[in-house]
Amino acid sequence: MAYNLKEEMNKEERFHSGHRLCAGCGAGIVCRAMMRAVDPDDKAVICNATGCLEVSSFQYPYTAWEDSYIHTAFENASATASGVEAAYRAMQRRGRIPEDKHTKILAIGGDGGTYDIGFQSLSGAFERGHDFTYFCYDNNAYMNTGTQRSSATPRFASATTTPSGSESVGKKQVQKDLTQIMVAHGSPYVAQTTLFGTMKDFHEKAHRAIYTEGPTFVNVLTPCPRGWQYPADELIDICKAAIDTCIWPLYEVVNGEYRLTYEPKKKLPVEEFMSKQGRFKHCFKPGNEWTIEAAQAYVDQKWEELLNKCR
Amino acid sequence: MSIRERMSGNEAIATAMRQINPDVFAMFPITPSTEIPQYFAQYVADGKVDTEFICVESEHSSLSACLGAEAAGARAITATSSAGLSYMNEVLYVAGSLRLPVVLAVACRALTGPININHDYSDSLAARDSGFIQLYAENNQEVYDNYLMAHRIAEHPSVRLPLMVCEDGFITSHAIENIELEEDEKVKAFVGEYRPEHYLLKEENPLAVGPYGVSGYYMEARVAQAEAMKNAKSVILEVAADFEKTFGRSYGFFESYRMEDAEIAMVIMGSSAGTAKACVDQLRSEGVKAGLVKLRVFRPFPGEELAAVLQNCKAVAIMDKSEGFSAMGGPLFAETAGACLNLEHHPRMIDIVYGLGGRDFTVEAARSVYDRLAGIAAGGELGPVYTHMGQRER
Repeated sequence: MAYNLKEEMNKEERFHSGHRLCAGCGAGIVCRAMMRAVDPDDKAVICNATGCLEVSSFQYPYTAWEDSYIHTAFENASATASGVEAAYRAMQRRGRIPEDKHTKILAIGGDGGTYDIGFQSLSGAFERGHDFTYFCYDNNAYMNTGTQRSSATPRFASATTTPSGSESVGKKQVQKDLTQIMVAHGSPYVAQTTLFGTMKDFHEKAHRAIYTEGPTFVNVLTPCPRGWQYPADELIDICKAAIDTCIWPLYEVVNGEYRLTYEPKKKLPVEEFMSKQGRFKHCFKPGNEWTIEAAQAYVDQKWEELLNKCR
Repeated sequence: MSIRERMSGNEAIATAMRQINPDVFAMFPITPSTEIPQYFAQYVADGKVDTEFICVESEHSSLSACLGAEAAGARAITATSSAGLSYMNEVLYVAGSLRLPVVLAVACRALTGPININHDYSDSLAARDSGFIQLYAENNQEVYDNYLMAHRIAEHPSVRLPLMVCEDGFITSHAIENIELEEDEKVKAFVGEYRPEHYLLKEENPLAVGPYGVSGYYMEARVAQAEAMKNAKSVILEVAADFEKTFGRSYGFFESYRMEDAEIAMVIMGSSAGTAKACVDQLRSEGVKAGLVKLRVFRPFPGEELAAVLQNCKAVAIMDKSEGFSAMGGPLFAETAGACLNLEHHPRMIDIVYGLGGRDFTVEAARSVYDRLAGIAAGGELGPVYTHMGQRER
C-alpha cells in the first residue's frame, strides 16, 4: 500500500510525548516513526541500549513506550534481543504464546551502543540469525555523556574528546562505515535513512526491515542539536543537507542487492552540511580550507563506490 | 526409585538441566564449565530436550540473552567459569536488580594472574555482592541436588533473584563419582514450570523493564532487593525440606560435622570439606574435640545460624579458598567474623588462605590447622590472624 502521511499520522502513538529528550532531538522522531512501522495489530518488544533515549524515555515510574520495553546495559541490546527472540520461539513452540499473534522484536541504540561498545553483541546476533530489527540512531558521538567522539563521528568534527584547537582540526579519523559492515554480515535487509520530508523513506525502510525475517539493520542519521551545535528547529534542513551533499546517502541492500533510494538532482558541496553546525566551525577558519577539500574528496570517493555497487 | 549412576559434576548438572528442559540456554565455552553446554548440545541434537539453545559470542552476551529471555517470560540458564564470570560482572548486577531468576552453573576456577585453569573461589566469591544467591557443593551428588532445588528457590515469588550453582572446577566438575539420580518425571514434578506474573511477551499487558531510577526511587529498589535476599533464607530451607521429603537427602545452610561438643573447628567450603572431615575423624579417634562446618549457602549468608554453631568453640579456623587482597583475610573470614561479632563469647578466629589455583589440600595440611587451633584453645598465643598455607617457601 502506498505511503500516506495523513494515515500514518492518524495512527495511535506508540512512543508518547512527555519523555525527557531535548527539544529538537532526532531520537524521539526515530522512535515515533519506528513504532508507526509496526502494523497496528502486531505487538513489539523494544530492547534499548543505555543512552540518551533510555534515560529519557523510561525514567521510573514513567514510560513513553506503549509496547513492552527492556533496558539492561549499554553494550548488549542485541544480546538482550537475542534472548527475547529465543524466548519467543520457545514459548510459541510450547504453546504459551498463540501462534496467530505476532510480536516484533526491535533493538535500538545510539552510535556508541552500536558502532562501538555494542558492536560485538550486534555482530554476534546477526551471525546467529535472530529474527529482529536493529535501529541505530546515529548522532555521531556519545551524546548522553556529553559529545565524546565515537567511531561514528565524522572526520574534522569537534567533539569534547577531539576538540579543535591550535594543533587540532577535530577528529582525525573518518566515520566507520557500519552499514557496509552489516551488509557484510549477510543480513537479508540493511538500509540507511534519515529524517526528512514526509518520512516516507524512513517508514518504507523500517517497515521492510521489521517485516523481513532474520536480522535486519536500519542506520538512521539522527542530528543532535546539542552535540552538533545548531538551532533545534533546523533538524530537517540538516538531514536534507546530509543527503543532498551525499554525506549520508540513502540506500538499501536487499539480500545483497544494492539500491539507491535517493539521488540528489544536484549534488551539493559538503559546506552545505558542515557550515550549518558549530562542530565544524573551525573548518571555515582561514588556513583550514584543506579540511573542507579533504572532506569533499572523501565524500566523492564514497559516493562513487556506492554508485558502483548500485549499478 | 533413585538411579545409581556414576558421572562427573558437569554431567550431573547437564543431566539436571536435561530433566528440567528449560526454555532457553545461552552458552559460551570456558574451561572447566564447557562440558555442561557440550552435554546439553548433544541432548538438543538427540531430541532429548526442546530448549532454544543459542551459542552466543561472549559471556557478557550469554547472561544478557538470559535476562532478555527471562524478562520475556522464559526459564533461562547458562554456565561459566573464572574469566567468563568476571566478564559477566556488569550483567550479574543487572540480573539481581531486575529480579530475574536466571540459574547460572559455575565451575569455580581461579582468576587470571597468572592464568590458571584450576580450582579456587576467586571467581564466584568476587561476585558475592552481585545479588545472586550462591549454593556450594562438596561433591557431585550435592551439585546435582543443588541444581534440582535452584529454580524453585530463585523463582519463588518472595525471592525472584538469580542463583549460582557452584561446583569446584576439575575436582568436582570433572572427577567421576557415584551418584543417585532421580527419575525425569519426579524431577519435573519437583521443579515445576516457570510461570511469571508479568513478562514482556504477555499480549494483554505490556511490561517495561530496566528503568532509569533517580535518587528518589533507586534506594527503594535496592532495599526491596535486599529484602528478597533475606526472604531467600526461609525459602532455601522450605525447598530443602520438600527435597528431603521427595528424594530423601537432607540439606541446610551448612553441614555441621561432629560439632556437638567441638572445641576447635574449621569453617570450609566445597570439596576440601571431604578432606578435612577425614582429619576430624582422625582427631576424634585420638580424643580431640574437633569439628567442621561446611558452608553450602554463601548468599544469603547464614550469619546468625553459623554464629550459633560456632559460639561454644574455643578456636575456629576460617578456610578461604580465594584471596581478597584486603590485607586482613579472605571473604569467608570477613563474613564469618562479622557474623560472630555480637556473640557474648565468641571463639578466637584465624584465617587460612589455601588451595589457590588448585594447590593441593591434604589431610596433613588440615591436621596442621587443627594443631594450631588446639594450641590457641589451650590458652596459647593467637599468632598471626591471616596467613597463607601450602605455598613454597622463598
